[in-house]
Formats: sequence, C-alpha cells, structure tokens
Amino acid sequence: MLRLEAVSKTFFPGTPGEVRALRSVDLELATGSWTIVIGTNGSGKSTLQGAVAGAFTPDSGRIWIDDVEVTGRPEHARARWIGRVFQDPFAGSAPSLTVAENLALAERRGQRRGLRQLIRAGSRARWRDALAEIGLGLESRLDDPIGLLSGGQRQAITLVMASLARPRLLLLDEHTAALDPRSAELVIALTRRIIERDGLTALMVTHSMAQAAALGDRLIAMHRGRPWLDVQGNAKRAWRAERLHELFSEMRREDRFDDATVRVVVPAYR
Amino acid sequence: MTVVLSTIALGLVLALVGYGVYLSFRVLQFPDLTVDGSFTLGAATAAALMLAGWDPFTATAIASLAGALAGLATALMATRLGIEGILAGILSMTALYSINLRVMGRSNLGLVGVSTIFSPADALVRRLAGGAEVMLWGQAVPSDVVAQALTALVAVLVIAGILWWFLRTELGSALRAGGDNPRMIRALGVSHEWLVTLGLMLGNALVAAGGAAFAQLNAFADASMGIGIVVIGLASVIIGRALVGQAAALPVLLASVLVGSVLFRMLVAIAIRTGLEPNDLRMITAVVVLIVLVVPGLFTRLTGSKLLSLRTKGGPRAAA
Repeated sequence: MLRLEAVSKTFFPGTPGEVRALRSVDLELATGSWTIVIGTNGSGKSTLQGAVAGAFTPDSGRIWIDDVEVTGRPEHARARWIGRVFQDPFAGSAPSLTVAENLALAERRGQRRGLRQLIRAGSRARWRDALAEIGLGLESRLDDPIGLLSGGQRQAITLVMASLARPRLLLLDEHTAALDPRSAELVIALTRRIIERDGLTALMVTHSMAQAAALGDRLIAMHRGRPWLDVQGNAKRAWRAERLHELFSEMRREDRFDDATVRVVVPAYR
Repeated sequence: MTVVLSTIALGLVLALVGYGVYLSFRVLQFPDLTVDGSFTLGAATAAALMLAGWDPFTATAIASLAGALAGLATALMATRLGIEGILAGILSMTALYSINLRVMGRSNLGLVGVSTIFSPADALVRRLAGGAEVMLWGQAVPSDVVAQALTALVAVLVIAGILWWFLRTELGSALRAGGDNPRMIRALGVSHEWLVTLGLMLGNALVAAGGAAFAQLNAFADASMGIGIVVIGLASVIIGRALVGQAAALPVLLASVLVGSVLFRMLVAIAIRTGLEPNDLRMITAVVVLIVLVVPGLFTRLTGSKLLSLRTKGGPRAAA
C-alpha cells in the first residue's frame, strides 16, 4: 500500500550541523496494517512521516502509495490518499471557522474546491453522528468557531476530520504528546475505534512506550535514520513497555557516540 | 446635510478598499502593501480609459482587472520566488508608481465633465426630484451628491453580498482556512500558494475598483493619491472589528468593514472641522488606527475584562 525504496534525507548537508535523518530506508506497509514507530530524538521517526506526507522531497529513493509514485509530489497533491493528525492539537483545524466548516473542508480532502456552498443541507446529521462518537458532547457545538474549543477537543475533532473522507493512509505524528493525560487517553481510544472500524492503514509515531506496546500490529524502532527493530504479529506482542524502555536506554547510549565509536565500543558493553 | 452625504459616499467608496484589505490582511493574513499602488492603478486606468472615450462601467471593470494583475505580481513574487510577503508588496507598489505614470501619461488627470459611474443615478435623481437639487430633511442637497451616495451604497452592498456568498463556498472557505492555518489546508489537499494568489488578486481587484470609484467621485486621478491608502483600508477593518468584537459571525464582520469605513470618514471630517487641514489626513489616519489598536489592550490591562480584546485565540497564527 505504501512503499519506500532506499529513501535518504540529509538536513543541512555539508555544514557542521549536518543531520542524516533518513539513511536508505526501505519500508512496505500492508493495507489494513497499523504500524507504530518509536525512536529517540533525531532518530528519523518524524522525518519518515514527513517524507511520506510530502513535507520535503527525499535526496534519493522513491515512494509509492497504491502503486502511484509520489516521490516528487508536493504535500497538497498527496492529500487525497493521506489523512493526518499532528502533534500540535491546534495544527489540524482552522480556528476562526466553525466546527461544521472544518468538518466540511476535511470531508472534501484532496478534491477540487469549487463555487458550491461549503455547508450543504444533509451533511449535518452525518457530522453530528461522527462527533457524538467522540463522547464529549461536541455534536451540540457544530456552529461554534473551533478556536473556542480546548486542545483535547480539537485533537479529537482533527482525528474525526482525518477519517471523514476515508484515507488510504492515516499518519499520526505523536498526536497525543501535547495533550493532558485524560485527553490523551480519550484520543487514543478514539484512534483505535476509528482505525478498527474503517480498517485503515495507519502509520503512527509515538513517544509513549505504553502506546507502542498496547497498540498496532507492527512495531518499528527508528535509530540513526534507519529501522533498527521491525517486528509484527506475535513477535510484536512480546515487546512489553519495560522491554521497550530497555531498548530505548540502549539506543540513547549509542546516541552519545558517533558511528565509528558505536561499532567498536558498544559490543564491548553488551 | 450635503457634507454628511458626501462623507458617507466617500466612506462607502473607500469601504471597497476596506474589503480588499480585509481579504489580504485579515482573511489571508498576508500583509499586502501592493494596495498603495493598486489603488492608484485603478484610478489611473479608469481615468485614462474614460478620457479615451470608454464607458465608465467598462473602464472601472478593466481597472479592477488591472488591480488583480498587480495582486498576481505580488503573489508570484511571494509564492514562486520565495520573497517575504511584505517585501513583495513593497516591490509591486514601487514598480506601480512608474506604471501608473505611464498609464496616465503625466502625474495627474482631471475628469471634470466626464460621464462617470455616478452619472446614471444622477440623471435618475434629477428626474425624480425635478431639478438639480433634492430636498432632504428641509435642506437642499445637490443631486450629484445624492447620486454618489446611492450608487456607492448599492455597489458596496452588492460587493459585500458577493463576498458573503463567496467566502462560504468551498473555495472561499478554503481561503479563510488557508489564512488561519496554512499547514491544515495543505494537508487537506489545497495548495496554499494558489490560495495566496487568489486572495491577493481578489483583494487588489477590490482596491483598484475603490481607486477607480474614488477618482470618479473626486473627478481626478493623481500619481500619489494611493500613498497610505493601505492604512486607511486597515482603519475601516480595525474600527469595524472593534465595534463587533473578535468572534463575530461572517456577515457581521463584513458589515462592520462598511460601517467602520463610513465611521472613519466621519471622524476625519470632524477632525478637519476642528481646524486640522486635509494635509493632516494621513497623520489623523495613523493616530486613529493606533488608538483603536492600543485602547482595547489598555482596557483589558486596566479592568481585567476582555470585552474589547482584539486578539484571536486558539490559532497557530495571531491576527494581523
């Protein structure tokens, strides 16, 4: 469904601040799979999402969605396949537009925008049902500017927006990291419900080991711009949160050294 | 009464500039300084065409198109060449000064005795009143002043109505969302560059229409008439917003620009009555805008009430 072939990206090449964010990454996601991506800071996990979403063009390598090559296509030209939820709960909606207008804009993701009225009769019942599913009583606030809602409420709506026009691929970029624990829990429950109900293919970056252990059917740990661990099915279920924490300590230890040092020194500590 | 009516007519004509500025500064959140040039461009284009014998309505329509092209130039610089928006506008504005001189052939054009967009209404008012003066509340008002106010009112109401319709279409809503949150609208499949281009073209078309109408109202076009006009447009938007508050619904916000523009002209008229000269106009404008921007903040700080607050909340980008 999604295929990456030898995708590389280096930020600030040729400067002292050079970051080799992705190093020849090969990755293939099966339709209907839910992949969790974890990794330390600078491991390339967010860059991986950026490459898929089209935030930048990779230095080398190619990307396909549904056998359509999208490597050079800008972000907006990939939107018809991809639904996104960002880390910043305010990034996914337009604050001065009403909840209904935000939903209507999202419902036409990837389609031409013409001169028909955005809000048309008959849509409201559908949106009300979608909002009722969140369980926060947001269905009564369709006509409020979405800027009046809290971060947790907005993130939940963004998730509903991402799923309204059923995406081929759902990209979740640490979408609960900026929320309070209760909102995070609610958004995760909603994420699970939507992905399972619609059978979506999802690529979810998270900072939470608990989420990484509990969710999804495939787990990828990014390290130094490459998948370092890639497990699925029963092997994935064996990775409990504590074992993930240990893996993280190891990855962080390596982060303190450069490549050459890691090859020589780290095996000695194992 | 004559003074009041002609102040209202002027306020209504400049409300067109207010709507142009509303589109770029507020809806798109793009600080577009092209406006100073495109206002004059509209005036110059319309005046030159009318003196060449063109029908005033066609001339005004072509003037708007010229304004749209000016907006396109700024948009292309900002989106394709990666120039900072404010600088792109300054470059357009600077180039337009020369272009406007070329369009007019000299630094100003007089339109006295030329048939304007206000002429048909004037003829109608004269026929209804049976003469060149209309009695309003016991005072004689020249028919052309009545005609100007009526024409401007109808034109501005029509424009406001069209904007109200357009900003609720799929495309217009995308424009509003794009100003609010470029990242979100890209993720929903709309090119933000395209929205900037569209918004600046529409905004400058309205500003140029305002310039064309202004030239016909005052029977002249002048190369330097646009200086500071962007602040005058902003004044309408900001005064209007101060009147209705931040969270007002779209039709209320659109109406507030019109009311803000007329109110601002009234303030200026009063200021000039109290002894200031027309040359002080830009100073008055700047001071009024400053007061309207600062007072709500002071009010909040002194009383703790956000009643007058102009800040948008909950957005990744603050309002202009």
